[in-house]
Amino acid sequence: MINVDNIEIVKVGMGDLNIVTNPGMITTLGLGSCVAIVLYDNTTKIAGMAHVMLPNSKMIANNSNRAKFMDTAIIDLISIMEGAGVKKRNLVAKIAGGAQMFDFDSNDDIFSVGRKNIQASRDVLHELNIPIIAEDTGKNYGRTVEFYTQDGSFKIKSIGKEEKII
Amino acid sequence: MHSKLNEVHFDVLKEIGNIGAGNATTALSKMLNKTILMAVPEVKIVELKNVSAILGGEETIVAGVLVRISGDIEGIMMYILEYKTILRILNTLLHTNTTCIDKLSEMDISTLKEIGSILTGSYLTALSKLTNLNMLQSVPMLAFDMAGAVLSVPAIQFGKTGDSVLFIKTSFNHGDDEVGGYYILIPEINSFEKIMKSLGVM
Repeated sequence: MINVDNIEIVKVGMGDLNIVTNPGMITTLGLGSCVAIVLYDNTTKIAGMAHVMLPNSKMIANNSNRAKFMDTAIIDLISIMEGAGVKKRNLVAKIAGGAQMFDFDSNDDIFSVGRKNIQASRDVLHELNIPIIAEDTGKNYGRTVEFYTQDGSFKIKSIGKEEKII
Repeated sequence: MHSKLNEVHFDVLKEIGNIGAGNATTALSKMLNKTILMAVPEVKIVELKNVSAILGGEETIVAGVLVRISGDIEGIMMYILEYKTILRILNTLLHTNTTCIDKLSEMDISTLKEIGSILTGSYLTALSKLTNLNMLQSVPMLAFDMAGAVLSVPAIQFGKTGDSVLFIKTSFNHGDDEVGGYYILIPEINSFEKIMKSLGVM
């Protein structure tokens, strides 16, 4: 059992990223079509999370917020974690989100963004040689996610569904 | 683009909100077979990331009815119903007495889509008449979930262009019952300018 009393809780908003140290927890609430990427180093027990909105910064003019985009968010998260003493080769990833919230034609650009975000996270992490060791992605519902640095567990909560730990 | 908005723009948008909500009130009164009254809508420009907080936090349960706008104007519009409003509408229209709900039936879904579609349609009809611009709305789509998750769809769409949206709070009531909801209008940049130009305020 992990101790969850009085631990530090870091909340990550939409289009934002942050890190937390052991024994803390890092969370994002009400994740929809965005994807939450957690990077974790089991030796230092430092975790980082990015709540990413869009697959790629290169196609978009208004791209000053780097944490919004998969390509720039993951790179920035890694450098912050390296600054905190993490070695990149120790990192593993867990991802969640990328839901299709509305029952629309899935070829429609607006509504396929969840799927594109998931694909982009796999591509970027693959390119950086960071293995994805667990994921809970897609489907059509929102998720609140909590990552615990003590044991690397990733808790997923949704409305009207059983909690899961991946 | 929204930095160009001034008092005049707000007045115009508020007036459109009034007319739209007026149309919606008539339609809702007929549908519910009750006299519905309407409060003056509150019109605001808000940053999308703050919308969840207005609704009570990212995990607050809401229903979002989303329509795509096409024609002279391109964009999306969403009507957000709060949890207690959802229960009230469903109980009134379906003659049920539910106090708690975490999953919608097919009937619930079509009822909420219908209401949402009347509300967005009323606003767009008013906007279309005033601007003389042609606007068509798609069939309504619905998401019933945490506010953060529902809002992620317009947030992502709009994240490509800016960070603020037109936010209109409406409240309807009959007797002591108040039913409230929020419009979020997200026109494409060019469409927003078209609207303002045709209203002679830009």
